[in-house]
Amino acid sequence: MKIAVCVSHVPDTATRVKVGSDGKSIDPSGVTYVINPYDEFAVEEALKTKESVGGDTQVVVLSVGPQQNKETIRKALAMGADSGILLKDDNPRDSMGIAKALADEIKNQGAELVFFGKQSVDYDNSITGQLTSELLGYSCVAVVVSFKLAGNKITAEREIEGGKEVVESELPAIITCQKGLNEPRYASLKGIMAAKKKVIEEKPVAVSEPYTEILKLHLPSPKKAGRIIGTDSSAVPELVKLLREEAKVI
Amino acid sequence: MANKILAVLEQREGLLKKSAFETVFVAANLAVKLKLDAEAVVVGSSIENVNEIAKYGIKKIVHLKSDDLKNYSSSAYTDAISEYAKATQADYLLLSNTALGKDLSPRLAVRLNAGILMDCINLSTDSGELIGTRPIYAGKSLVDVKIKSAKKVITIRPNVFKAIPSGNSSNPEIIVNEIASTNLKTKVVEFKKAGGKLDVAEADIIVSGGRGLKGPENFHLIEELADALGAAVGASRAVVDAGWRPHGEQVGQTGKTVSPILYVACGISGAIQHLAGMSSAKYIVAINKDKDAPIFNIADYGIAGDIFEIIPALTQEIKKLKD
Repeated sequence: MKIAVCVSHVPDTATRVKVGSDGKSIDPSGVTYVINPYDEFAVEEALKTKESVGGDTQVVVLSVGPQQNKETIRKALAMGADSGILLKDDNPRDSMGIAKALADEIKNQGAELVFFGKQSVDYDNSITGQLTSELLGYSCVAVVVSFKLAGNKITAEREIEGGKEVVESELPAIITCQKGLNEPRYASLKGIMAAKKKVIEEKPVAVSEPYTEILKLHLPSPKKAGRIIGTDSSAVPELVKLLREEAKVI
Repeated sequence: MANKILAVLEQREGLLKKSAFETVFVAANLAVKLKLDAEAVVVGSSIENVNEIAKYGIKKIVHLKSDDLKNYSSSAYTDAISEYAKATQADYLLLSNTALGKDLSPRLAVRLNAGILMDCINLSTDSGELIGTRPIYAGKSLVDVKIKSAKKVITIRPNVFKAIPSGNSSNPEIIVNEIASTNLKTKVVEFKKAGGKLDVAEADIIVSGGRGLKGPENFHLIEELADALGAAVGASRAVVDAGWRPHGEQVGQTGKTVSPILYVACGISGAIQHLAGMSSAKYIVAINKDKDAPIFNIADYGIAGDIFEIIPALTQEIKKLKD
């Protein structure tokens, strides 16, 4: 069985966002890029699934973007994935453009089971997995916190408001992974050394007409610091009064 | 004939959700601005409160009905709604950015060959074109985006657009379309309710605890204050990663981004990942012993002191108020 994991290369969550010179993207200077945190759950689940299915199961890592995305592919290889493919595009793509590039390669690879992070922490759309599944005609369960595969049957739990939905589905399928699904393994020294030797294949991607256009990137108006009204419980009546009479929220 | 906007509504257990009325209200307003016809569509087995949509501005609702669809099925919902949208040649589909909205809208976008714009917190028009503003980087930044394709799928963040009822008391026209065959390849078979009463993503008030609580055994202080306020319990990443609280409660960049009316941060210093997830709350209260903690930079009201003394006093004061 062939398993694919789709990863994105994103600014670390500690990044302070500054507007770039084009006014449409962030200023990348001083920004550290990392594997998207949710994609680590996706890589882990792919590796766990490979271990439980056994046989000649292979895990291939896919990423759409510029040369730098190879760092993130390399990270997944160090965790234990077998091979990596960079779907190279130096121009930013919208979610639909990314999904189209991934769908083409997933088909090409014949991967029946594909893991994504539930969203990337840059654009926060949380749709690329679902878009890709629909382009391929695959099933998709999104925001998954528990995953079981038996033959071609899938039982997964997905997080929704106020609880979890237990979802049944079948292969071929895309699963988007949420925190809580597993504990991503650390890359071992051996894994890191082995990953250095693995070849990351580079492939061009078909041009895709964007469906959306970013007109402007801007920062939210900074919230004004309010006041510290005390240093112990004697300030509590004043706080409650303010919440009731000034803010009118309780 | 004018172009059409379809408000795709969400029901749970036969009742339209609060976010569904927000969707109706926003769709009705966009219809006026962009000169569109507005109608609503909902999928399910039976829905009790459809009449209420009229007072939020939409006069026609189509119920795509099947007894197989008491629960959500992504495959069946995608078929039913995309087929209906194609048949009525709707140009715009509007959904709420709930778990269901996030799951369904990208699938609809592919079926309709539509551009997709998620999680808008503002929608404006410029020379007949719709421009959506949405948070990125968990709210550290915003982008203004337009959809270039003719067909458009848009979701709006719940709790941001307030649905204001009008005096209209007439009932909407309800059209029931039985779904001929349902594709249940992917379906919900069970719902497991979370232990907590309220979810942070939907709550008007959130009380969150951080490392300042010193241990999971002290979180009852947060729960008691949340109970008194009718609030949901939230948590910082530090305490979730330490295993004190379930990840479903995590607020911040790798947890949930929330916009409640009131956010009470207790023993949370305010790491940038946390601030990104909650700074769009209307009012923020911070209780923390370190007066230099970053959380005080965005809090409307703060008490810089011992949370173990202040939280119980606040709980008592709120209870007194409610009695």
